[in-house]
Amino acid sequence: MKDPAIKPLPGGAPKAVSPWRDLWWRFCEDRVALFAFGVVVLLVLMALFAPLISPQNPYDLSGLSLRDARRPPGFVGSGGYTHILGTDAQGRDLLSAILYGLRVSLQIGITAGAVALVIGTSIGIAAAYARGFVEAILMRIVDLQLSFPPILLALVLVALLGQGQAQLVTALVAAQYAYFARTAFGAASAERSKDYVEAAAATPLSARRIVFRHILPNAMPALIVVATVQIAYAIALEATLSFLGLGLPVTEPSLGMLISNGVKYMMSGRTWISVYPGIMLIILIVAINMVGDHLRDILNPRLDK
Amino acid sequence: MSLPAKSGDASQSPHGFVHVRNVHKHFGPKLTLGDRIAATLGARVETRSVRAVDGVSLDIVRGETLGLVGESGCGKSTLGRMVAGILTPSSGDVAVDGAPVMADGRKIDTRVQMIFQDPFASLDPRMRVGDIIAEGPLAHGLTSKSEQAGYVAGYLERAGLDASLVRRFPHQFSGGQRQRIAIARALAMQPEVLVCDEPVASLDVSIQAQIINLFLALQRDLGLTLIFISHDLSVVRHLSDRVAVMYLGRIVEEGPAEQVYATPAHPYTKGLLASVPRLVLDEADLVTLDAIEGEIPSPLSPPAGCNFNPRCPLAQERCVRDDPELRQVRSGHLAACHFAE
Amino acid sequence: MSAPILEVSDLTTHFFTRAGVVKAVDGVSFSVGAGEIVGLVGESGSGKSVTGFSLMGLVDPPGRIVSGSVKLDGEELVGLSWDQLRALRGSHIAMVFQDPMATLNPVLTIGTQMRLAISAHDKTSRRAADARAADVLTRVGIPEARSRLGAYPHEFSGGMRQRVAIAIALLHGSQVLVADEPTTALDVSIQAQILTEMRDLAAETGTALVWISHDLATVSTLADRLLVMYAGRIVEQGPVASVLRDPHHPYTAGLLRSLPATAKPGEDLFQIPGTTPSLLDPPPGCPFRPRCEHASELCTADPPLEMSRDRGVRCFHPLREMVSV
Repeated sequence: MKDPAIKPLPGGAPKAVSPWRDLWWRFCEDRVALFAFGVVVLLVLMALFAPLISPQNPYDLSGLSLRDARRPPGFVGSGGYTHILGTDAQGRDLLSAILYGLRVSLQIGITAGAVALVIGTSIGIAAAYARGFVEAILMRIVDLQLSFPPILLALVLVALLGQGQAQLVTALVAAQYAYFARTAFGAASAERSKDYVEAAAATPLSARRIVFRHILPNAMPALIVVATVQIAYAIALEATLSFLGLGLPVTEPSLGMLISNGVKYMMSGRTWISVYPGIMLIILIVAINMVGDHLRDILNPRLDK
Repeated sequence: MSLPAKSGDASQSPHGFVHVRNVHKHFGPKLTLGDRIAATLGARVETRSVRAVDGVSLDIVRGETLGLVGESGCGKSTLGRMVAGILTPSSGDVAVDGAPVMADGRKIDTRVQMIFQDPFASLDPRMRVGDIIAEGPLAHGLTSKSEQAGYVAGYLERAGLDASLVRRFPHQFSGGQRQRIAIARALAMQPEVLVCDEPVASLDVSIQAQIINLFLALQRDLGLTLIFISHDLSVVRHLSDRVAVMYLGRIVEEGPAEQVYATPAHPYTKGLLASVPRLVLDEADLVTLDAIEGEIPSPLSPPAGCNFNPRCPLAQERCVRDDPELRQVRSGHLAACHFAE
Repeated sequence: MSAPILEVSDLTTHFFTRAGVVKAVDGVSFSVGAGEIVGLVGESGSGKSVTGFSLMGLVDPPGRIVSGSVKLDGEELVGLSWDQLRALRGSHIAMVFQDPMATLNPVLTIGTQMRLAISAHDKTSRRAADARAADVLTRVGIPEARSRLGAYPHEFSGGMRQRVAIAIALLHGSQVLVADEPTTALDVSIQAQILTEMRDLAAETGTALVWISHDLATVSTLADRLLVMYAGRIVEQGPVASVLRDPHHPYTAGLLRSLPATAKPGEDLFQIPGTTPSLLDPPPGCPFRPRCEHASELCTADPPLEMSRDRGVRCFHPLREMVSV
């Protein structure tokens, strides 16, 4: 068969551009979002390397001295170095406390987000693929839960389960998985009715393959957006619970607990003990949300072209 | 155009190579619990089901191309999907070479493959072209990982694409090229029957010609049995040996392509043919389109008697009462009309 | 034909995208007389729709009309403010889209929408507006129009919805109606009804019609004159039958030869090789050059529009020598 179409495309893109790489390029086009992404990366690195960069180990109670307690920023303490952000009520270096607190907050937020993503996505995709009775049962449970304020659910669960990282993560996952389930269900249902899934059924390919090789990768972008926003939300939720004294044990203070610890000194003018952890929390949450918002913008197919 | 039947075909069953026996497909309304309660309380909830395909039988000879035409909602795509094993018939069955295409709601025959209308939707956007084509053959053992590259290249070239493009993604291709990829994917499953659902409808005229030529070549070189679904009567005429015209879920006329086009027996076919705009080549010849009156009735409440009677210029009292059977009007030419001859 | 009601000259609309300038419409000139039906035919990416939007002043950023003029009954439209254009839109020039739901609001009844459209330009009583709406609906072939004013768009079939959209465009007796693929999504039997009605309408009311379509056959049953667009330019124009019988531009000829309707069943169709060019920074010269069997050295320059009598072609190697006047 002599077919004039057997010719490399004139003017076509010379290289194979994978959808993921394409996504990254488009993400980079927005300076503000890229900056926010840089901030997130920086904060994650700071949290990871907290033991290396913080001047003090805030968990090491033997290194604390009450003589250094509640000192303003710039104070040179008994350790012989400057407390750039001041010290807290126990005489901890606040910068160190914030870096370690960031570590705890991120750890809990990301763990909770990841676990909720896996559980929620499994439920959502199972419901979308099974349809019928299974769908009705699973999605009604999810809907029921979505009508419930997550903070209330988390409060009740933490009260029942007690304190500790694992308990807190469990409570956060329980409060949040429903958002992933909803999103995964919506995205997978939309993908399921597309022609390429019908084409896979016509081949035929196994249901498992259709779900894991076709539906899931195509539902992923929507899930990533939700994951970003939900991680930020998990961090905020954890901070709220810790602020209320229901979150973590006092030995591992997260940002929320640091804020809580400083509140009683606000009136006496020692605002830094609460304010600096608060600023860190705001920067973290705003930066993650900005990344999420921009991801949503570029992943929205209607805004293409 | 006549196609030689494949040799060694003596074992062919008395039915056609593709045998569709009295298939129905009804789509019930999706009622939630709330709807059901509301319905029992007397609220107006739609509980009737759509009879998308309402008793269709077809026999297609090996190597033949059957054109399936009709307007939107006539059930031609649903019928095509049942033949391709994507939809399970509500009743009736579909067999290829005597063996059922589906069993227990799953497709068990890979010899029937399908090509879809919209090549922008029918390819997974996150897979490379090579993987899209190789996926099915690998899953069914038609090729192996080590032979994959050559296997895929062969089918890409067969479909008129350069084999060097395997690492690209679908969004890097134009509509015509994507349709070629979809064709290569179907061919790579080594099908004997290809169901093509409006495969050129979304393409530009100049690209449409390229794809039609590709189908002509496939008919000639591979002896494939094609079911070509289209609303475009001129495309169907160009490619088909036989034509079946559908209206409201039923076949109203079926016969050799040239006969159906030259001497349509059913008033609907006549009206459809008269509605198609033709190229006007002479100023003096002001074309009047003899449009069929009225609109297609809702498939939720098809008219009594002959489905076409509310729009039919020939309709008589009898047509409201009796449902005409599809009967032979000439050798190999069937029509479902009391007055067809 | 009477004096042109719509005069387009050297219309140029570009889209300024990240990747570069897309020359969607690149120097388009034509005119339409009252009651005349002009078919604007081209493949996707030929710029036919953007031409339609440009006439209406409806080009969205990053696109804009770079130069050229659109004169409606002698009045220049290019450069008018949004408000000035809005006053003209609907009353003097109107547009119908492929998807009627682009015009119709799904949550308002047809009657309400038509009354709103009437009151946008005229002050009338509700009763008078209803009468006018029903009258126009009847003219586009909607039976029992009066009683259907209370219906919502979803209660109509696709064909009926498109008729309603056309009726709304006709409410103020627009001088020019721009229709962008209005029957493409409809079934042939419904399309045939609408085509017949549109032709009668143009003849009765004197509305000039610019019918944008990819389908040569549809346009040929409806239009008086044909404009063939390729890569943002009009490459051939003339009376419909004359152009189709005797195409001068190799592209028009190729397009006609590639139609299944012009070939014998089962025979290979003529193929125009290659694909439509990208309009992103196109090279100079004839845009059809890479796909043209007649292309020569000459074609690297831009072919001018050569007019003779009522035919025009933009080609250095027209298939027939133009008859000199």
